[in-house]
Parts: sequence; C-alpha cells; structure tokens
Amino acid sequence: MAKLNIKIEGVSYQVEEGMTILEAAKACGYEIPSLCAFNHGECSNGSCRVCLVEVAGARGLVASCVNPVSEGMDIRISSAKATEARRASVELLLSNHNQNCQQCDKNGQCELLYVASVTGAREGKYQGVKTPTTLDELTPSIVRDTSKCILCGRCVARCENAHGLGILGFQNRGFKTIVGPAEDRSFANSPCILCGQCVSVCPTGALMEKSEIGKVDAAFKAGKHVVVQTAPAVRAALGEEFGLPVGTPVTGKMVAALKRLGFHKVYDTNFAADLTIMEEGTELLSRIEGGGVLPMITSCSPGWVNYAEYNYSDLLDHLSTCKSPHQMQGAIIKSYYAEKNDLDPKDIFVVSIMPCTAKKDEKEREQMQVEGIKDVDAVLTTRELARMIKRAGIMFNRLPDEEFDQDLMGEYTGAGVIFGVTGGVMEAALRTVYFVLTGKEHEAIKFEQVRGFEGIREASLDINGTVVNVAIAHGMKNAKVLLDDIRAGKSKYHFIEIMGCPGGCIAGGGQPYVRSCFLPNEDDDIMDTYKEKRAQALYSEDERQVLRQSHNNPQIKKLYDEFLGKPNSHKAHRLLHTHYNGRVGFND
Amino acid sequence: MEHISEAGVKKICEICDRYANEKTPLMMILSDIQNEYGYIPLDVQQLVSEKTGISVAEIYGVVTFYSFFSLEPKGKYVIGCCLGTACYVKGAQQIIDKFSELIGIGPGETSEDGLFTIDALRCIGACGIAPAVTINGKVYPKLTVDMVEPIVEEYRALGGAN
Repeated sequence: MAKLNIKIEGVSYQVEEGMTILEAAKACGYEIPSLCAFNHGECSNGSCRVCLVEVAGARGLVASCVNPVSEGMDIRISSAKATEARRASVELLLSNHNQNCQQCDKNGQCELLYVASVTGAREGKYQGVKTPTTLDELTPSIVRDTSKCILCGRCVARCENAHGLGILGFQNRGFKTIVGPAEDRSFANSPCILCGQCVSVCPTGALMEKSEIGKVDAAFKAGKHVVVQTAPAVRAALGEEFGLPVGTPVTGKMVAALKRLGFHKVYDTNFAADLTIMEEGTELLSRIEGGGVLPMITSCSPGWVNYAEYNYSDLLDHLSTCKSPHQMQGAIIKSYYAEKNDLDPKDIFVVSIMPCTAKKDEKEREQMQVEGIKDVDAVLTTRELARMIKRAGIMFNRLPDEEFDQDLMGEYTGAGVIFGVTGGVMEAALRTVYFVLTGKEHEAIKFEQVRGFEGIREASLDINGTVVNVAIAHGMKNAKVLLDDIRAGKSKYHFIEIMGCPGGCIAGGGQPYVRSCFLPNEDDDIMDTYKEKRAQALYSEDERQVLRQSHNNPQIKKLYDEFLGKPNSHKAHRLLHTHYNGRVGFND
Repeated sequence: MEHISEAGVKKICEICDRYANEKTPLMMILSDIQNEYGYIPLDVQQLVSEKTGISVAEIYGVVTFYSFFSLEPKGKYVIGCCLGTACYVKGAQQIIDKFSELIGIGPGETSEDGLFTIDALRCIGACGIAPAVTINGKVYPKLTVDMVEPIVEEYRALGGAN
C-alpha cells in the first residue's frame, strides 16, 4: 500500500493511502470523536457531523469519517474552529434528544453522552421543537425509542449486512426523519427476526433489549423457587462489563455472582446443550436411516427460526424439532427437577441468562409450554445480568471462582460449551454421531473443518462408510444461500447448522457492547478480533473439560435412565420437541 | 400482497423488468408505478422488494422522502401549487390557501369525493410565470387569488367523467 505524507497539528506523519482522515488520525495517535462512523466503514454516512476537523485549503470543515487522506494534507483537530464545530454538532444532536439520561438503561455505555463529555457539549444549549417520536415496546425482545435516535444509520447498515433483511430504514424527510421498519411499524408487525444485532450497534438507547430484571425481582419477592441457567456464550463476554480483557472466560465468577444474587439453583445451559445433541443427533440419524427430510437444520437459534418462519415456510420440515437448549433445560427443571425435589412446577421460576434478544421472544411461544406451564419464565441478556450484579454492589473481579450446582444437571461436557460459537453445534453433534456410527470416540475430538468464521463452511466426513455432508452458515445472508439451494433441490448436505447472528451466540444481540471508546486497553483492531477472542474462551473451556462428548455426560445418561427413557422417546418429544408455523411478515 | 389484483401484479412485475439491467433501478420503477396507479401502497412496495431484492424499509424510505411519491390514492385532479421562492414571493401562499378554502382540504390531502388532491410543491422550475400551479400536468401561470375559484369550478363541472 502506498504511503502518503500528511500533517496533524503541524507534525508530519506517513499514513497508508486510502485511509479516511479518522482512521489515519487514529493510526497517528488521535481519537477524533465520532458517532455514525462504525466498524471500518460498515456505517459512515457523514451524518452526525461529530468528527469535523479543519483541513488547510478545504472549503469549510471536513467530516473525517468519509474523507480520505491525500498527499500533503494538513489537518487540524484541535483548532478553535474545529473544536467549536464538533461541540456544536453534539449540542444540536442533544437538542433533538429526549435527554432523560438517568432513566435510560444505556447510561454509562452511551456514546452520545461520551462524545458530549469529550467535546464539552452542554445539554440544553439549543431549545426548540423536537421530532415526533415513536416508542415501540410490542415485542418481548427489543424496544425502539426514536426520541433517543441520532439517525446515525448503524442499525440500518447492520441489519442489511448481517442478514440482508433491511428491516430498518430511514423514513420521511428532513426534521421528520426517523429510523424504523416500513410504515413505522412495530417490530412485532414486520418480518424482524429479533436477533438484536441493531441493538448491539446502536450508540444510544434508541434500540435496547426489553429488560426483564423487574420480572425476576417480582419472582423473588413472591417467594418463588428461582432457578437460573446460563448459556455458554455468556461466560465468554460477561467479564467485559467489568473491565476484564475481551475473551476472558469468567465461568467461576459468574456462578459466584449468581449465587450472591440469591438464585436458589445455578445451572449451566450446557447440560441441556448435551441433551440437545442426544435428541438432535438421534433425530439426524433416524432421518438419514429412515429416509426422512434432509438436510436437517439446527433449531437452537430463535433468530434463525423466526427467519425461517417468515421467509422459508416451505422448508420448515427441514428444521430439527428440538427445542433450543435453554427451553429444554426449563422443561426438565419443571418436570424432572420438580419431581426430584418435591416442588410444584408452578412455584418454580426459571431464568435464562442468554447472549440473545430473540430468546426473550422464544420463551413466550405457545409451543414452549408443557401443559400450560412455560419452560422458561424470564430471559436476561448478558448485559442485564451485568446490570443486576452492579446493582447488588457485587465487586465482580474480586469474586472467587465457584461451581455450578452439581445435582441432577450440574455436569456438562466440552461439546456443550462450544454451542456458543458458529460451528459449535455441528462439532458437538459430529462428536456424538461419530461415536454412534463407529462405536468409538473420534480420536482428535476436534473437527477443525467446521471451525472458523467464514460465512459458509462445509465438510464431508466418511464415518464408518456413512458419508455425512455438513454445512454451517451464520447470519441470514449466508443462510439464504444454503436455503435457496434446498428450495431448488440442489442441496447435497445431510446436516446444516444455522445461527442467526454472525459469529454465533458469542456475538449475539444480548452481549456486551464492543466499542473502542469504552475499551481503552484493547488493541485498535478489537472490532476485528473480539469474536475470535470470545470464541477462544469457549474452545479453551472445552479443552479443559474432562468429558468432551455429550453422550458421555453421566447425568444425561441418568436423566434418560430415570426419566426420559431414550432419545426421541414419547416423553422426550412431549417435553423437548416443538413445531414451527409459517408467518406473514407485514401482518396488520 | 393479497390486496393486489392479478393484473396489477403482472403490471408491476413488468415495470420492474423494464429496469432489470439498471444498476439503481428503484427511482425509475417507483416513478412508473406512481404514474400508472397514482400511489404506491405497502403491498406494492413488498412486491417491488421481492422483484429487486431491495428491502421494503429502503423502498418505503424513498417513497416517503420524495413528495412526488404517494402512499395513498390521489384525487382525480392533482393540484400542484408551487411554493418555491419565486412563486412564494409572488403570493403562492395565498393561492394555495384559496384552493384549500374552496375544496376544504389541506395540502397533502385528498377530498372525500376523490376529486381533488392539493400538493404543496417546492420549485417546479417555472419561476418566470410565478406563481404557478399545475393540475394533472396542465400549467396555470401567473395566478391571482381571484382566478382560483373559476378553475376549481371548471374541474368540478368536469367531475368524475373521463
């Protein structure tokens, strides 16, 4: 790459051609505040005007996020003119903002407040009319409050980039512009899959998960027996909320925190991930052997399930009938666990800590009840758990490492842990399918072919004479390619893993926000590396486990012996399996 | 999409196909649909989305950005009052107010009998004949407030007849 000579504040630097002024300044040690610019140009509309700088010879000030550096460019970041302009830009954004900052769950992680502080903007400097706003709280997953929106366009870009869905868009013109689904509809009346990727990129509180902390508080208050379970991906990211480096696994501290929060039992959803593998693996083999509908597709990701119901209702037979792991675990808690502990299922309140916003909606589905009793009563995101821990005054980093409760469903294998990353469900399934077909364990344990972050990955395995063709996709844009092949009758696969969020659950819509400005100790390229770091946290936990194949989980064996019978038994079907319904996207 | 007739679906698909080779076909497609049907409801946007792969939200964004596009059916006679700078200083506000008073609707609205829609337009490029009004493409130059009533009466007399 050719180098260019530029000056910043009068000092000469050499930077790479093609960089924006914003990127070049960062490389030279200057952080220009910005809002709409996000993730290497994934979004940069030059719309927020927060990154203005002075360039010698340029007409007016220049938005550094959209203007590339050129030879000899002379940039002033801290000139009075540029400093004042950036401050005024933020003050103008604040003038059309609801400014109820102390009531906002984003408080502390709000980039608008951050740039306000950096630029020295004062709230309330400009007073006047505000844009009419929309508050959408209809879905159980996501709240859209346009009174906090700064029209940066990050969510619009993310929905399109991750899924090719484009649920969100700018609408109307000028001062009346807002961002939302077409017709300013609720997410509930549009084909939104509720994955929460938009939430994970929003700089303000305009897009947030719908908090269920209040529900959990109420359950404790009502004297319920409150059982909590945590998804694998949560431990890979929760530490970030407490200043730990990205990719620090915090399983033990997370368990210690949950016990201090008063949960009566703390379980790992990994147990049910192992259970899922037993059910799903059995289902796969019976489909292969019995001429069932193939390829079979995983059904752990509720974002993906939503997408399938809206867009591929003709292919719903391909989805595994297995409930997602936390729903299975909820169903087992309210049956097997209740029976063993002599509890009335109605007195048990199951809380799932998930990296996901779509899980909040999933648990409300009618199919996720057994005889009128919901499998799961509340779903908290990783971020909400962090909020609860902070609220309780628990100093997370000083906690000792503690163990999940060990009774009935305390054991889990490495196969369950890796469910949280793209390819993980596939790998876990292959470990067990290999065993079933060969009668022995796959020696290498790992199936390297299915790891990585390529959008679509495939592998072909010859297991004891049975050829199993598998594929993995994450993000609906990639899933669509595989689905269109199935529709066209061209798919050669037996088994496909699809996860809604790009990267899988580790980068789910309920995970801690990754923002350079709030992670001063991370490398500049953290936006590129955080998924791998979080994935590594899970793979390393897998390697530390003594048991690494779901079928070797002794408590799973016991659960089948004592309670369920065998995988895909009648009882297993009643508790652990579900069905899907085609849905109309823009329903009125 | 069940609200669009079979013929309508065919026509809209045909319009989309006209611009299949264009890199950015959306404006042309929407423009043709607007001209053909007088409005672009959500059903139609969904169909265009399916045909072009452009998201419904983006199409909706374009339709609501340009005042030329309409989400609702327009009246038989669309009165476009220019409120550009030249027309405005020549009294266009009084002209549009008079139309509103006589028809009983505001700018952007359609009369209940479906006869009239009043649109407030920005500059239509006819500054030399300001203040200017267009009705279904016919230009009325250098209007005064007194000239408005006969024009409205003329179209009322024509009524819904073709």
